[in-house]
Amino acid sequence: MSELLLFADIDEPGLNTMEVYQRRGGYESLRRALAMPPEAVLHELEASGLRGRGGAGFAMGKKVSFLPKGGMDKYLVCNADESEPGTFKDRELMQKTPHVLIEGIVIASYAAGASRSFIYIRGEYQLQADMLDAALTEARAAGFIGENIVGSGHSLSLVVHRGAGAYICGEETGLLDSLEGKRGNPRLKPPFPANQGLYQGPTLINNVETLSTVPTIIRMGGAEYAKLGVETSTGTKLVSVSGHVQRPGNYEIELGIPSREIIYGLAGGPPNGRGIKCWFPGGSSSPVLTADDLDVPYDFDSLAKAGTMLGSGAIIVADDQTPIIDIALKVAKFYRHESCGKCTPCREGTNWTVKMLQRIDAGEATPMDLDIMASVQEHIMGNCLCVLGDAMAMPIGSLIAKFRPEFEAHMEAARLRAVAAGTEATASEGVLSAQGAH
Amino acid sequence: MSASDTTRPVRRYEHGSRVPGWDEAADLTKDPAEIPDPATTPVPDDLRAEIEAHMANYPDRRSATLPALAAAQRVHGWCSPQAIDQVACVMRLTPAYLASVATFYDMLETTPVGRHAVYVCTNISCSLCGADELYDAIRDAAGEDPEFNVRAFECLGACDIAPMASVDGVYVGPLSLEDIPQLLDDARAGRAVLPEKQLARRLVADPHANSQEFALHAAQPGTGSAQAQDAPTGTSPGANPDIDPARASFGPPMTEDRPGPAAPHEESHTQPPHEGDVPHQARSDQDIPHHPHEPPHPDAEEPQG
Repeated sequence: MSELLLFADIDEPGLNTMEVYQRRGGYESLRRALAMPPEAVLHELEASGLRGRGGAGFAMGKKVSFLPKGGMDKYLVCNADESEPGTFKDRELMQKTPHVLIEGIVIASYAAGASRSFIYIRGEYQLQADMLDAALTEARAAGFIGENIVGSGHSLSLVVHRGAGAYICGEETGLLDSLEGKRGNPRLKPPFPANQGLYQGPTLINNVETLSTVPTIIRMGGAEYAKLGVETSTGTKLVSVSGHVQRPGNYEIELGIPSREIIYGLAGGPPNGRGIKCWFPGGSSSPVLTADDLDVPYDFDSLAKAGTMLGSGAIIVADDQTPIIDIALKVAKFYRHESCGKCTPCREGTNWTVKMLQRIDAGEATPMDLDIMASVQEHIMGNCLCVLGDAMAMPIGSLIAKFRPEFEAHMEAARLRAVAAGTEATASEGVLSAQGAH
Repeated sequence: MSASDTTRPVRRYEHGSRVPGWDEAADLTKDPAEIPDPATTPVPDDLRAEIEAHMANYPDRRSATLPALAAAQRVHGWCSPQAIDQVACVMRLTPAYLASVATFYDMLETTPVGRHAVYVCTNISCSLCGADELYDAIRDAAGEDPEFNVRAFECLGACDIAPMASVDGVYVGPLSLEDIPQLLDDARAGRAVLPEKQLARRLVADPHANSQEFALHAAQPGTGSAQAQDAPTGTSPGANPDIDPARASFGPPMTEDRPGPAAPHEESHTQPPHEGDVPHQARSDQDIPHHPHEPPHPDAEEPQG
């Protein structure tokens, strides 16, 4: 790919200011879009094939088209909660080029007919929220936010709303409840936010990267943008690579390139010449892949075919020295902590999984525990209001499926250690209670 | 090594629940608290103005709950019963409602905590890079110092600088064990924390992103920029509902007896960020302390062991 779309000269000094952003052609897409009828803007978005960059990969144009027509109050919410472990791409965008997000929000709100918009940013991102606030002040002063934007008749208010630390608020309905000033509990769907979202009004929710791509689509034209990437995954994607790699960070790639090229080519692969034991292709919620899967093309459908997902585009690499139990425990404990507790399978399932993993780690488990744990994961999937429970069940299930011998070996080694330490009685008691518990 | 049992030694989190107070008996003889009477609930003027400005931002005033609680936490140091009463009084909501919200969010403190928040990310990417050892070492180094609120935090979204920590809202990393004494000293003294390691300075990792070499960003975005003074950000809170009076909702808390103006830390952030090509040397600006009113901690020079 010759030229990057989102990251082009992103470190240019002052890009976060209106002056530099406009000198580089910023807000021209906004003027162009607002001179078109909203249907034409929507058509460009649909033609671009842009799929949501937050995790679900839903076609953005389609999402906009789901909003009912009519004069009711409609809302646009930008999901800047970015709390999926391993993901930090939106942070880079908001910090360095906040105006592209604001421009994208105005264009998308015009296509959707929304008159109020909010950026829900996680409370931990203070620097980024400050950047957005400063950019917003400039955009207001320049007339890009407010009444009758650039004489088009379209009006939009925008508020940067800071969260207060909760993973679940990245889930769209949990986010809406949080934005309404409540605990961030997800809602029953349907009704979907497109029909009844914020304040019960039709609401369009999109990720930062998705909205930041909108000005590019208007500039290039939807059909031209769709030529990038592969057929069902068009365009470029920001990937956040972290864990055991030599050059962790954000990279903009054209969708469909081999995963190996990202992990080894861009990020340099694991340090010290080590191999890869497993990697998460789309944040800690995605089922893991192994070194055998490095040639899977990095796009939505190829990863789905490989049994995992592109998710938020966060690649986490664990090298061949990493105990698999440590990864499983970290993941499970995270979801246990972040479960909002509304649905039983998630609230209890995450807790049981952690307890079973701890038993394995302590040498108190039997191989049967692995089967029980795998079945717990199956019973979480699809049985809750949101996918937080699934987000634990998928990686844990895949870890058990792919690394069962290692779990068993760890279990046996831990048991022998416990015996050697003269705590045989405790260990077998643990086994008995483990069996009795189920 | 667990996130939940290392978060804080609070017994009520033992069973993995997020419901503080589960082991405290309710006083069934008492009626639930009602919306506080403004006549008997004094609220600092600044806090009231800020909360009212937040409420004006939304079609439904309830949406201002999080920013309002964060503002009250900044004044009181934590979401104390008094802080919650004040927010309840201004927002016309019951204290129970606000408490239910405050207990849900990790950044709202429902027990008294140290004024300097050190969140150490111990999620998967950071822990692969040694965050668990880092967290233990920071906790040991901070010891019993009541100035510090050291917590293991879930993914802070900065895995590129793993292992990392957020010190009073400023991201620093990658951290090594040798950085800890300076990190704590900087925080105590109100200086910019580990300026060399601040996330704000970093350039993007993608080698294809920049067509030319750009200088590192200034560590403290915006400090000392004249432009900021012109921006209409200094408007008094509430004067224009479109202008958000509080920039950082989660600044370091002020002391209880000084609920004065918004902490200078926040104000410095409102200024246009990275004055791009100011490299290293310009760091004299950063000596602008986060709490100018505050004398340096007497132990500032002695790293605690």
